[in-house]
Amino acid sequence: MKERIGVYICHCGGNISDYVDVERVRQAVENDRGVVLAKTTVFACSDSNQNDMVDDIKKHNLDGVIVASCSPKLHLATFRSVTERGDLNKYTYVHTNIREQASWAHSDDKIGATEKAILLVKAAIAKSRYAEPLYPNQFEAEKTIAVIGAGISGMKAAVSLSDKNTSVILIEKENKVGGHTATWGPLAMSDEKGSDLSHRIYSDLLQRDNVTVLTGSEVISSKGSIGNFTLKVRKRAQQAGDPVETMEFNVGSVVVATGFDPYLPKAGEFGFSSYENVITLPDFKHLIDSFSGKYLEYRGKRINRIAYIYCVGSRQVDGENRYCSRYCCTSVIHAAIQAKKKFKEIYNFHFNRGIRTYGKQELLYAESLQQGDIYLQSFEDAPPQVYAENGKTKVKIKDVLTKEKELEIEADLVVLVTGMVPRADNSIGTMFKLPKGRDKFFNEVHMKLRPVETVIDGITIAGTCQGPKNIVESVNSALSAAAKSYSYISKGMLETEPIVAEVNTDLCAWCGKCAEACPFDAIGQKDVNGKQVAVINNSVCKGCGMCAPVCPPDAINLINYSSEEIMSMIEQLAGG
Amino acid sequence: MKKNAKILVFSTEKISDPAIDMAGLLKLHYPPTVYTITVPCSSGIKPSWILHAYEKGFDGVFIAADGSDCVFGESCTEKTGNVVSITHDKMKGTGIDPARLRMAAICSVCSESFVKQIRSFNDYLIKTLHA
Repeated sequence: MKERIGVYICHCGGNISDYVDVERVRQAVENDRGVVLAKTTVFACSDSNQNDMVDDIKKHNLDGVIVASCSPKLHLATFRSVTERGDLNKYTYVHTNIREQASWAHSDDKIGATEKAILLVKAAIAKSRYAEPLYPNQFEAEKTIAVIGAGISGMKAAVSLSDKNTSVILIEKENKVGGHTATWGPLAMSDEKGSDLSHRIYSDLLQRDNVTVLTGSEVISSKGSIGNFTLKVRKRAQQAGDPVETMEFNVGSVVVATGFDPYLPKAGEFGFSSYENVITLPDFKHLIDSFSGKYLEYRGKRINRIAYIYCVGSRQVDGENRYCSRYCCTSVIHAAIQAKKKFKEIYNFHFNRGIRTYGKQELLYAESLQQGDIYLQSFEDAPPQVYAENGKTKVKIKDVLTKEKELEIEADLVVLVTGMVPRADNSIGTMFKLPKGRDKFFNEVHMKLRPVETVIDGITIAGTCQGPKNIVESVNSALSAAAKSYSYISKGMLETEPIVAEVNTDLCAWCGKCAEACPFDAIGQKDVNGKQVAVINNSVCKGCGMCAPVCPPDAINLINYSSEEIMSMIEQLAGG
Repeated sequence: MKKNAKILVFSTEKISDPAIDMAGLLKLHYPPTVYTITVPCSSGIKPSWILHAYEKGFDGVFIAADGSDCVFGESCTEKTGNVVSITHDKMKGTGIDPARLRMAAICSVCSESFVKQIRSFNDYLIKTLHA
């Protein structure tokens, strides 16, 4: 039982203290049984506070530490490490979340949020009293890493992992690598062809002995967890008569880089599929890349006047896709410049909702303006209208840049500037149970602090499967995901939480119900002093606790979640 | 009349906790008298813990279950259902309204669903216990 507990209550800048009276929380718990130190701190996670905590542990001879701050998903590991630096067992540390579950959830009720925070900290103190030193189970981790998806992100992640002397299995569903990038011509900012860029990276990969590239292959199942995933991969027949191959790979971590689908407009959306000269941005890019001749033609008709309608399928006010797809403003302006350079008598009209060519990409916008492109702007409540009149396709807008003057352009071609949407095929996400955000792309643990990790240990996300990105951003994310995945397995050993079931052999009279409930066959039977009792195989037990509620004499508890601990927490949350 | 019922939520570390955290991140408000205890898996909740909560003054207990997303396997759904069923029987035996225990599968991104469930549960408890 802990008798010298230190409690730290974090302001989180103002994220907590703007809504929770942290000083009142401190005062409410400072005299609780076992508490010898209660402090508030502006940022508990800051280096200076961490050092203070280490000093406090030693100076006050603390035997338990509690931090009341943000979600444990963010900083549980941080403060466990601080506890270890203070020479305490890291499992004596208890974390409580008063940000996501108090200050933010109840920002509409400061008194309520403060009262809740007090009880949450008191419950943490109750739990801390029972927190005993534990030692993690260590096991050998597979040093191979799988990368799913061989687009630009997946290939760059594979190169980066290969550089770290790790074996890599790069798995691509399509028969070719390179994803969308491989189908593109000159790219914005560099003008290198997408196909050349993909080919260059792929050639590099083929030189590497520690990279296996599987095209036409899908991961069909995954078993295991961080350090030891077993992936079953099905390779399609490459030629008629070839057998379908099924392979198994053991890997320590997985980088998911499954990419995006381009948004496909609905029938009638801005004239799409109603008028044959209304096409999407990807189609337009392919058109200007593949067409040769002095004048641009589409379906046998000469194209001079091109209307670009921005934010189609992105920044939807009423639709599902409320996000900005980030790459499309730059991509369409680059394509418009390319069209004007490559073909004679091209006039570009950009119907936009505000141009987002951020960073260096602004140079392209400047170039487009210099070459005479016309920009017309509307707000989301009055989008441009596409209609036909006397056999001509026209686009009409109330242009906010000219005091909402109604302007009409006759267009030979209308290009719908479509953004990115999550892959329709979510089989990989479903298989690994990867959470998705409101935008339906895969969700990271924290957008700033853990931007490529998922809540599933050992699985990282790279590129546009996480949300819209341009190639530069995708590659940055891929390199980050590769480094993170490598860090999981780099030591060759991994630790698992020592949370396993334990049996009170005095109470146990072996009925076998616990063994029936265990999905991992971790419970056996043994003789203790002439009595048959349940025994837990700690190396197999996953710590789910399914065995505990089914035990008639209540002889099984999960370490760290014993009935005593949980009931003492309930008592505190009920108000003492 | 009380505005907020006292509700104990059992949530799970990998699945429903992220949803409850995200509800806070999104400032989706729910009564501040809702408190969460995290467990590894909803099928490991003991009926005795739930009964203890009523004994100590909680109006309701909500199990934010893993459902089919459980990292420990598909049997979680059935086993969590069994926990609820056994507890309901015990509640009936001690004269506690079984509707004061609710369970719903809350996936890792089901923040809105969580808040909706809690608000509805709060309304029920206020109406039946504190009207």
